Amino acid sequence: MSGQEMKTRVEEDVLCSFCGCLCDDLVVEIEGNKVKNVRHACRLGASKLMGHERIRTPMIRKNGKLEEVSYQEAYDRAAQILVNAKRPLLYGWASTVCEAQKKGILLTEMVGGILDSTATVCHGPSILGIEERGLSGATLGQIKNRADLIVFWGCNPAEAHPKHGLRYSTNVCGFFTPEGRKGRKVLVVDVRQTRTAKNADKFIMIATGSDFEVLSALRMFVAGKGEFVPEKVGGVPKEELFEAADMMKAAKFGAFFFGLGITHSRGRSKNVGNALALIAELNAHTKFVVMPMRGHYNVAGIGQVAAWETGFPMSIDFSRGTAYFNPGETAACDVLSREDTDAVMVVASDPASNFPRGIVENLAKVPVIQIDPYENPTTLLAEVVIPSAIAGVECEGTAYRMDGLALRMKKLVNSPHPSDEGVLNGIIESVKKLRGTEAEAKAPNEASA
Amino acid sequence: MIIRGGIVYDPANGIFGEEIDLCIDRGRIVEDAKGEEIDAHDLLVMAGGVDAHSHIAGAKVNAGRIMRPDDARLGMEQATAVCRPSTGYTVPNCYAIGYRYAHLGYTTAFEAATPILESRHTHEELEEIPIIDKGALTLFGSNWEVMQCVRENDLKKLAAYVAWGLRASKGYGVKIVNPGGGEAWGFGANVKGIYDPVPNFDVTPAEIMKSLAQVNESLRLPHSIHVHFNNLGKPGNYTTAIESLDLFKDIKPSRMRQVVHVAHMQFSAYGGTSWKDFKSEAPAIADYFNKNHFCTMDIGQILFGSATTMTADAPLEYGNAHLLHTKWSNHDIELEESSGVVPLVYLRKNPVNAIQWAIGMELALLTKDPWNVILTTDHPNGSPFVNYPEVVSLLMSKVKRQEELSNIHELASKRTTLTGIEREMDWCDIAIMTRAAPAKILGLEDKGHLGVGADADVAVYDLRPEEVDPSTQHDLVKKALAVAKYTIKGGVLASRDGEIMAAPVGRTFWVDASVAKEDEERMMEDLKEKFDRYYSIKLSNYMVQDAYVPNPVVIKAGALPVEEVAP
Repeated sequence: MSGQEMKTRVEEDVLCSFCGCLCDDLVVEIEGNKVKNVRHACRLGASKLMGHERIRTPMIRKNGKLEEVSYQEAYDRAAQILVNAKRPLLYGWASTVCEAQKKGILLTEMVGGILDSTATVCHGPSILGIEERGLSGATLGQIKNRADLIVFWGCNPAEAHPKHGLRYSTNVCGFFTPEGRKGRKVLVVDVRQTRTAKNADKFIMIATGSDFEVLSALRMFVAGKGEFVPEKVGGVPKEELFEAADMMKAAKFGAFFFGLGITHSRGRSKNVGNALALIAELNAHTKFVVMPMRGHYNVAGIGQVAAWETGFPMSIDFSRGTAYFNPGETAACDVLSREDTDAVMVVASDPASNFPRGIVENLAKVPVIQIDPYENPTTLLAEVVIPSAIAGVECEGTAYRMDGLALRMKKLVNSPHPSDEGVLNGIIESVKKLRGTEAEAKAPNEASA
Repeated sequence: MIIRGGIVYDPANGIFGEEIDLCIDRGRIVEDAKGEEIDAHDLLVMAGGVDAHSHIAGAKVNAGRIMRPDDARLGMEQATAVCRPSTGYTVPNCYAIGYRYAHLGYTTAFEAATPILESRHTHEELEEIPIIDKGALTLFGSNWEVMQCVRENDLKKLAAYVAWGLRASKGYGVKIVNPGGGEAWGFGANVKGIYDPVPNFDVTPAEIMKSLAQVNESLRLPHSIHVHFNNLGKPGNYTTAIESLDLFKDIKPSRMRQVVHVAHMQFSAYGGTSWKDFKSEAPAIADYFNKNHFCTMDIGQILFGSATTMTADAPLEYGNAHLLHTKWSNHDIELEESSGVVPLVYLRKNPVNAIQWAIGMELALLTKDPWNVILTTDHPNGSPFVNYPEVVSLLMSKVKRQEELSNIHELASKRTTLTGIEREMDWCDIAIMTRAAPAKILGLEDKGHLGVGADADVAVYDLRPEEVDPSTQHDLVKKALAVAKYTIKGGVLASRDGEIMAAPVGRTFWVDASVAKEDEERMMEDLKEKFDRYYSIKLSNYMVQDAYVPNPVVIKAGALPVEEVAP
């Protein structure tokens, strides 16, 4: 179909490539080769699918300025940087599809680098908590059909996951929950009164950094050892926590969602571990499940793909020729803070905006390769910039929802750019070429995948 | 390719240890061939091993990996010119699964349980497993549409749903796990027996199992129903097992095979009333299998050491975690299933574990016909599959069993009959239990044997069957089976002396069964309502797309002539 004809077509049941809700009920109007309108999406999702100013061509920084080059030149330069580096870091992966993530892992193996995802500054501590405790979970539809109590702890879906309540949790009607919001109770725990808290039946405002203590107090109540709980925990009177614990025990099916309020406040993975223990213990009284509110639409996917390909979900160091995992040593911020990496490839993310300042300063000291459809602050540091097609709009592929459900993203329009997977394949080919026969002897055989 | 001079055990074709040259051309066994020659003189040769029940791919396997970095560190191996890096012991990464099966001389393995909704994930992992051929059994035992059809006693609609569910999941067969229990677990409960109604659904586990068995035969599926019984893992559960088996007595098989396959029988052969008086009822179970031939089982042997239990029997896993005070993962799947994962260690000095170990042995040894009892460890529930050679060497040697019995808790001798069992299996029994029978039970016609036209999946072991006495030289048996001399998969030399030589891409088997259009239409009405109101995704995004199974082998089934059927 040529762009001039301006035919309008409508795609239904489109998946949203914004947040971990991975809504699959969007209706997209397409005119010619452009997304014209997005219906049934939240504002965040609609704006993601509508798109904005793109990186137009590949670029390489010469004399301090980014200059346009061909894709092949960009692949070759990227390969050269990665091959020459002693310990390259390949980072990001949350806002692209699993097919690209697989290629990213293969490339990291080939160059003996470290692979890490944005989870490291997000729900990485949740994964460490799961390693300690396991996770009692469910698909979101199970919660929709059964939950009569929803707990939001340290998260604010009203603003960050706007359709969560309507599709999966507080307000949706299901088989055993025909009354929707009316038949449910909502408990919110946070350090300030968020918009989510305003919709709650009970809101508990705790002191900043007291999540671990408050969770411990609830565990004591659940275990019937309330007499040991002090009069106030995290600034909250004991009676209020007793009521909250009672509310949880009284539910027929409770669902506990948590966000960065737990994972990146004092205690981090220990907070998560404590929350997971609370949920496990509640199952002695009733049915309770727990779920991290994952941010990017496929940040759950990189954890899954990395786990089945390498055995580990993140922060994987291939410098010894095998997969080595030790967050604290091998996470992106660890190696950058120690200046222990000499090249960084950033795929589908923006560490310059999201990493701590000192770490971004270290990032600026090493050559950075960026693969992304859009310009962002990381572009300002990049030595090689390679634009790619937008996954879920311009190319298809797999994404994992926050509950671990895999869905297939659709291709809606054509792109002048290759997919992330295509770009990574290009770089892999350039690495092979550069290594020549030496690489053939050393590098893993792609056919074995 | 020609494999020369091997001592071939191919019981499906009546060959019991004869010197035969095997010819291979274009991935198949042929009458005559040229080319590369493999010297197998005097060595043990069998068809590639077939694992009919193993948890190798999907959400719960990955949940196991994510919660067990300790396990990943147990199996770290470097990348080679051919191999990606390996990790893991009980929950290896995908690549290690393929390489390690090849090292064992196994060339086919079936994932034992995939919920329809999460089958996309299962196939993503299956696709990454190199070398072996594979398939996945689809879970139907706590499914709302299944229970609705059973309640309405509409077996035609149920058949339409099963056919559709297999297509939607690109699945191979009907798996039933703790029928009804997965639904009850939605509110933290369980069903207590086969006549205990599923809460809110007004059907019993017995009705679910029997209806699915009838439908399985009306659809002429290559495999029978594959069942994990209610009350699995509980003292006294052998009565549930026998009660369940009796349900299928009068169902006629639609193919030359069983009408029910019982998964990991060891976990359902328990006597006693509690863990205190826990004992074996394996002789009663074996007796049932000796008298009745409509049923088959895999043993689900446990071995001492680390395991990761994972099952769609979620209440069982909650019970394990509660009992052992260990970490616990659970995953409920809307309208379909539930599941759980718990790591554990089986201990020689733990009386329950010691008895469990002996029960697995009893089942294998007391069931007379090896075609009815196949070897599994329910990987990684009883032990990881890499330990199959340990199980084989135990089955072949009374000496080895007695040695182990003297090392483990004394109740294993007192509460089982293992001490008195003289039987020592021979290579023919082993070839049946590890290849021929699992292939037959699954309905894989070109697997598990070495007749002309069979898949050229061959294992050559560095063991001279005419010289080695497995009874006394059980250590040689274990060593030889752990590392095949040659493993040939689809005519390609995949593994030699523990080194992966090539990692060809495996194929995935799934079943496309036809049903009458009107039944499918009636069923789709139900489904549309369920997707509109209860599922959290759209019907159009549900089915596993072809992209996830790039190397399919589609087995056609169904009861009807082609022109009458829905696509």
